[in-house]
Amino acid sequence: MSARHLISIEDIDRAGIERILDRAESFAEVSGREIKKVPALRGRTVVNLFYEASTRTSSSFELAAKRLSADVVSIRSAGSSVDKGESLKDTIQTLSAYDPAAIVIRSPHVGAARLVAGWCDAAVINAGDGKHEHPTQALLDVYTLRGALGSLDGVSIWIVGDVLHSRVARSNILAFKRMGADVTVTGPPTLIPRGIEELGCAVQPTIERLGEADVVYVLRMQHERMHESFIPSLREYAARYQISAARLAPRQLLMHPGPVNRGIELSADAIDSPQALIGEQVKAGVAVRMAVLYELLVGTPVLAAVA
Amino acid sequence: MARLFRRPLPPAELLIRGVHVLDPRADIDEARDVLIRRGFIAELGAPGSLPVPDRGEVLDGSGRHAFPGLVDPHVHLRTPGQEYKENLETGTAAAAAGGFCALIAMPNTAPVVDEASVLSSLCDAAAREAHVPVGFLASITRGLAGEELTEMAALRDAGALGFTDDGRPVASAGMLRKALQYQRLCGGVIALHEEDPALSANGVMHEGAVSARLGLTGIPSISESTMIARDAAIAGYEDARVHFQHLSCIESVAALAAAKQAGGRVSGEACPHHLTLTDDVVRTLDSRFKMNPPLRSEEDRRALVEALRSGVIDCVATDHAPHARHEKEVPFEQAPMGTTGLETAFAALYTELVLTGEIELGILIERMTAGTALYGLATPRIAPGEPANLCMVDLGARWEVGANGYASRSENCCFHGRALQGRVVLTLADGGVAFRARMLAEAAAQAPGAIA
Repeated sequence: MSARHLISIEDIDRAGIERILDRAESFAEVSGREIKKVPALRGRTVVNLFYEASTRTSSSFELAAKRLSADVVSIRSAGSSVDKGESLKDTIQTLSAYDPAAIVIRSPHVGAARLVAGWCDAAVINAGDGKHEHPTQALLDVYTLRGALGSLDGVSIWIVGDVLHSRVARSNILAFKRMGADVTVTGPPTLIPRGIEELGCAVQPTIERLGEADVVYVLRMQHERMHESFIPSLREYAARYQISAARLAPRQLLMHPGPVNRGIELSADAIDSPQALIGEQVKAGVAVRMAVLYELLVGTPVLAAVA
Repeated sequence: MARLFRRPLPPAELLIRGVHVLDPRADIDEARDVLIRRGFIAELGAPGSLPVPDRGEVLDGSGRHAFPGLVDPHVHLRTPGQEYKENLETGTAAAAAGGFCALIAMPNTAPVVDEASVLSSLCDAAAREAHVPVGFLASITRGLAGEELTEMAALRDAGALGFTDDGRPVASAGMLRKALQYQRLCGGVIALHEEDPALSANGVMHEGAVSARLGLTGIPSISESTMIARDAAIAGYEDARVHFQHLSCIESVAALAAAKQAGGRVSGEACPHHLTLTDDVVRTLDSRFKMNPPLRSEEDRRALVEALRSGVIDCVATDHAPHARHEKEVPFEQAPMGTTGLETAFAALYTELVLTGEIELGILIERMTAGTALYGLATPRIAPGEPANLCMVDLGARWEVGANGYASRSENCCFHGRALQGRVVLTLADGGVAFRARMLAEAAAQAPGAIA
């Protein structure tokens, strides 16, 4: 069987996404059991290689692999050979000696997962590569929305905030579009990348017409990626773009990939409102990542091979 | 004083029979016998008309073209200090294999060529190692730091053809103005890598739809064009001579055209990669496509081709920029900027521009032989009495770039794996045979009348 990977949402068509979501639903049932384990990956090794801080993505991948009974090795850059200046290629060649079935990689650099896929025989799952993509986040968001709405066809989704620095925005625009939704992005003009329309979304400079949205997807303000002043102040950002309960219509659903900057992109009353699906998103993470691992390592191919 | 350096080669003694000579400046575009004696073009005659000389060898030129030797006013030979990427021997071997008979090397080495002593030893090394004549630019500012002028007069005396901080812009308008004023004392063209660092900051590719899709930080076209406009204005004010390096976008073409229109003493160059590729190829995230300035849009590419055709852009330059495999085998954002280009320049431009009808072969040859004259050097010509600077090319030969390796020490070529048409089979540089394809060497050995 040829190597199969999940690098980009572009690797999966709508039918493939639906199949992963269906599989995730059956794994969600496993998470409700007292013994939350199935033997699907028994005796196989999954390596989690995280070059960036992560809590929910790394823990949910680890839990997903363990619930499928895989042997799991988790490596973080701090304290590892990476810290000693080892190149990505040498790290991958070293890890390949353990014959992993899958390598889950998060990197601050665009294209890292694709490079890794070319350097080893394992299935490679992109857990975030710079500002490029975060496909499993997009899948779990689609899963959550499908659970809440039944279908994304014709649904209007507004993505609000720091689009420039967001890999989540890029993967989610692609995934939402593939599932039939209409996507609009909005945020400070300095944080909307020139040419983003190419992904098939509309661009709005303000949240004036936010009422048109069925779903409001708020992005994290990524202070850690900002080396210069993109906005005059967080106060001005919050005044213009913060989503509060007052700015939400009662029928609108609210999402956020986490971790939230409470009081900046979201107000506390919005986070705690019943319209918020933020907790559902986290819950979906484990089941969806189990489904991705399963489809890549056990299921018949739904993911296109990466050239 | 000598400003081009190469190792000693025996003067060529050669009769090329029936080769199609194309030299647009000499207005020749027909089959000729070309006789080369003691390294000089002795005679051009109708095919079959020249007698076999009593010494030297005879090559069959039928089915092949002879052009004036190509020249490249912009290469990085990485000596001194980065010989793991390239050195004088390998870089000039790559040039010879690409049909080049003269090169101008950039000073952003380690150490930077900012002292006469560094330049002198470099000239000496080229006189021992270079396969084709090489001239050198010195830096405008010490250490390329943009803060203090180099000893430009002493550097000129030591052989510098001109000055550049290539790899970086001279960000300070005041600093550049001083260099342009000082040019009145020392002469030498001042060549400029144009980029406003406040606009290009941290960018790794062209800013546009592709950078938005990939999440890569963009380098906007205006980071280049606004600096060309600024520096053309300063040069005009000081009546200075400046050359704009590696133009990449339509806005820069407009800025250069405006400066020429205004009577400025300005010139410009464009690179084969910018003339043939667009940012669309960066979707592969192959670091071979990472260079500065970056590959831009199709509209930009077309504007560059049109400017090259019309003469707004004066010449082709490769910006040959070798990097070691381990440096390029990393995620795109971490890879150094640059592509090699000497071995592929002619074939890439011939395949992508001439065969597609975008530019005529004669104009391409003129632009590929114009770059060194901008620095006050002679233009190669195929005419009796001229030193033998020519390349012979098989325009029908198709080849895959990199399939048989590279003469360069590095393999970071943006055309790697492409099928190109047009192959250099012989290069004569300043009277000596600098390169000969293996097939030509074998054919020569078997040809009747060949004298070893």
